[in-house]
Amino acid sequence: MNLQTMIRTLQDYWSEQGCIMLQSYDVEKGAGTMSPYTFLKAIGPEPWKAGYVEPSRRPADGRYGENPNRLFQHHQFQVVMKPSPDNIQELYLGSLEKLGINALEHDIRFVEDNWENPSLGCAGLGWEVWLDGMEITQFTYFQQVGGLECSPVTSEITYGLERLASYIQEKENVFDLEWTEGISYRDIFYQAEYENSKYAFETSNGDMLLSLFDTYEREAGRQMEEGLVFPAYDYVLKCSHTFNLLDAKGVVSVTERAQYIARIRNLARRIAKTFYNEREKLGFPLMKNKEGADHE
Amino acid sequence: MSKDFLLEIGLEEMPAKYITASVKQLQERIEKWLAENDLEYKTTEVYSSPRRLSVIVKDLAEKQADRVEESKGPAKKIAKDADGNWSKAAQGFARGQGVDPETLEFREINGVEYIYLEKEVKGAATMDLLPEMRQIITSMTFPVSMHWADYDLKYIRPIKWLIALFGDQVIPFEITNVATGNETRGHRFLGGSVTITNPADYEETLLSQFVVADASKRKAAIVSQIEEIEAVENWKIPVDAGLLEEVNNLVEYPTVLHATFDEAYLELPEEVLITTMKEHQRYFPVVDEAGKLRPYFITVRNGNHEHLETVAKGNEKVLRARLSDADFFYQEDLKITIDEAVAKLNNIVFHEKLGTLTEKMIRVKKVALIIAEQLNMTDAQKGKIARAVDIYKFDLVTNLVGEFPELQGIMGEKYALLQGEDAEVATAIREHYMPTSADGELPQSDIGALLAVADKLETLTGFFCVNIVPTGSADPFSLRRSALGIMRIIQAKNWDIRLLSVLADTVEIERAEGLNTIPSEEVFEQVELFLQNRLRAILSDQQIRHDIIDAVVKAGSNVVPELIERAELLNKNRDAEWFRPTMEALARVVNISKKHQGNVTIDPGLFENESEQQLFDAVQKLKKEYPTLIIVDRLRAFAALRTAIDAYFENTLVMSDDEAVRNNRLALLFELASFIKEFAQIEEINVK
Repeated sequence: MNLQTMIRTLQDYWSEQGCIMLQSYDVEKGAGTMSPYTFLKAIGPEPWKAGYVEPSRRPADGRYGENPNRLFQHHQFQVVMKPSPDNIQELYLGSLEKLGINALEHDIRFVEDNWENPSLGCAGLGWEVWLDGMEITQFTYFQQVGGLECSPVTSEITYGLERLASYIQEKENVFDLEWTEGISYRDIFYQAEYENSKYAFETSNGDMLLSLFDTYEREAGRQMEEGLVFPAYDYVLKCSHTFNLLDAKGVVSVTERAQYIARIRNLARRIAKTFYNEREKLGFPLMKNKEGADHE
Repeated sequence: MSKDFLLEIGLEEMPAKYITASVKQLQERIEKWLAENDLEYKTTEVYSSPRRLSVIVKDLAEKQADRVEESKGPAKKIAKDADGNWSKAAQGFARGQGVDPETLEFREINGVEYIYLEKEVKGAATMDLLPEMRQIITSMTFPVSMHWADYDLKYIRPIKWLIALFGDQVIPFEITNVATGNETRGHRFLGGSVTITNPADYEETLLSQFVVADASKRKAAIVSQIEEIEAVENWKIPVDAGLLEEVNNLVEYPTVLHATFDEAYLELPEEVLITTMKEHQRYFPVVDEAGKLRPYFITVRNGNHEHLETVAKGNEKVLRARLSDADFFYQEDLKITIDEAVAKLNNIVFHEKLGTLTEKMIRVKKVALIIAEQLNMTDAQKGKIARAVDIYKFDLVTNLVGEFPELQGIMGEKYALLQGEDAEVATAIREHYMPTSADGELPQSDIGALLAVADKLETLTGFFCVNIVPTGSADPFSLRRSALGIMRIIQAKNWDIRLLSVLADTVEIERAEGLNTIPSEEVFEQVELFLQNRLRAILSDQQIRHDIIDAVVKAGSNVVPELIERAELLNKNRDAEWFRPTMEALARVVNISKKHQGNVTIDPGLFENESEQQLFDAVQKLKKEYPTLIIVDRLRAFAALRTAIDAYFENTLVMSDDEAVRNNRLALLFELASFIKEFAQIEEINVK
């Protein structure tokens, strides 16, 4: 099954489970969790079910397109459901079946993996899902987002699409994957991998990035003061990506690194609170049962 | 009459490391409940898998035994009024007990008559009590627990099903919308839901659904399958107990299989291969007769024998990807020299308040050389120490240690050897992290041990200097472990160093670097006390009595092995016949000597009796010999003094009215006491 079909299959499957299928969110980010469709929607009492493909940029993982397993940018398929359905594991296993993975022919296991994203003040408990020893999915019950306790709890399923495809297509090298008939992963992404790696490690302008970080941080704060969560959050994402570029370039020392992460975390915490307050003002519009609005 | 009772908690996959303890906890809670409720039973049996915690109570009585409850009421003089009628108090008592006042009787207790009631209480039906299992389940505690959906319960993982079955009857209750029933679930993929009609069939029914519910049987099955592979393939597969336990708790129906990896990866350091296989993939590595790794691995599948080739192939693919990563990092690491790596340490902060690793290493170097001086090490050794201290953290900037932090030190040793460093220097790089746990392995080499002590002492003192000290519950920098490590190493190496003087120097080294949050004396005292407390823990572990530990530690010697030897010696002899009178005699000397003031030279001319002269002679002899005596002989010398001391006190009134005589006597006792006090604070020892 090529990548394009895999994505369509997952979209169809999760649509049938009542998830809204969204397009990827158009600000650079390191993981699908950082999309407002996950981060913000996990906050507060309103129910939410969604799925989307998220390109995830990890500048430090860039390898100039040379490494068969590591990429500057990879793709995650993200499914979030709040409150977590009681049969969420079974739903997930159903999706693997749709991808043509017959559980009886493999060794599928849920291995404890507690997840934490310190720069977003997030923590969750769950598993990495192993397929014959390979981690193909992260499965998390969010316990805390932006420093706020989650109630109800969101379940998050993150498929590593390239990994899963390399298994399904039996390819050793990610660049040999078939995206769609006759088109390989290399055809689409190799040049970008090379250039982005070169940019992140060599040609990026450290001084500019440092000043961008400060600018984005200020703007995020300013918009929050206006109660404008979404524009503010876009700038938080930009801070995070800018920091990742600085980190890859190696221009931040270890102490500074901790301080940058703390600055992003502070913004994320403020955003989370602001978002909650703004939704509360609106009366938590996604709540079907308004009584639950007092839950938190 | 009795029946078996089955309680099964069905869960989403639990963390492997908590399963065994959790099912034990469930068993203990149930047994405690059974005892509290007077319920007879034969035994309890536990079963567990990644998805279930279960207990079967065998032959559980169907009801509590009937029992007679006795209660004492008011005394007779309060219970009856002047006319002999029941008083309000008596009527109230009867009402409270639910009996007719006319049936009340009196019984004499300690010469006073009281209302006394014996009441037959019918035992409750077990069926009616068992719903309390709900509280047993919800009161379980776990090292990590979570919320899910919108339930209030916090639990190790979401609850999926519950069985509470007494004989063939379901005990009804509900937790997080899950109601009890008699249906369990088999293996996720190979089995299905199945009804348990009787608790006695539990294990067998689950086996029919591809679940080996008895964890010990599952473990035995894994071991025997591994042994089978060993025999067929003629390999050796060392079974690491911790890994076996973990793997056992990751599967419900274990099938062991083997697979292979490219021989070329055997060129990687063995530790990298083993860490990748064991820690990251939970594989058992394969070795040859000589213990050398072979390009095979063993994995335990949660499933049956079907399609094993597919599973093996998948696992090979994962390992290949991981090893190719490791190999990439290894090759990259080989490209940089140790000195280049050391230069990068300047960019790594050890702790915000304690500066970079480079700064730390400079401080540690000074401490290390002070210790080397005290140990009278040769110039050659000092040269190696200096080199080791200059580079010993370099591997922290290598790619492999970045990827596998658990290999810190180990990779340092490898890379150092590859780059032609001295073997002892290389070993010290690995050993300086030791011991990594309270009872962890200690460094073997002298230079490794020295570096380990210097590094830990500097860490400890540094953190105390900036007022980061462990509290009862929090010790984020493992300072207790560092301090214990210091004491254990010095003990094992039998090092004759004056630890307190090294500590004082270390405090000064930290000050010179500007770590000045709290005053030097305070840091010194705090660290001294902290180290002393670890020493107490070591001695206490050796079953040495606490009063003896106090006596020796408070004597304040700072040569650790000597101090330990004294404690051991006193402890060993504490039941000997001579011990008590000797300690009493010595304590008497110490106590009276406290009255001594100033500096009086002993004048034998002032002696008034033979005993004084004899004690004086004995003390002069002791004074001459003492410095050359080994510890056991020092104690012997004290014991030998006892007769002289006893005779002295028998014949001499120390507190004479004549001031000159009195001071002369006190001076003699004071001189003797100074030796005793240096040995131990004798008056702490309990001789009663």
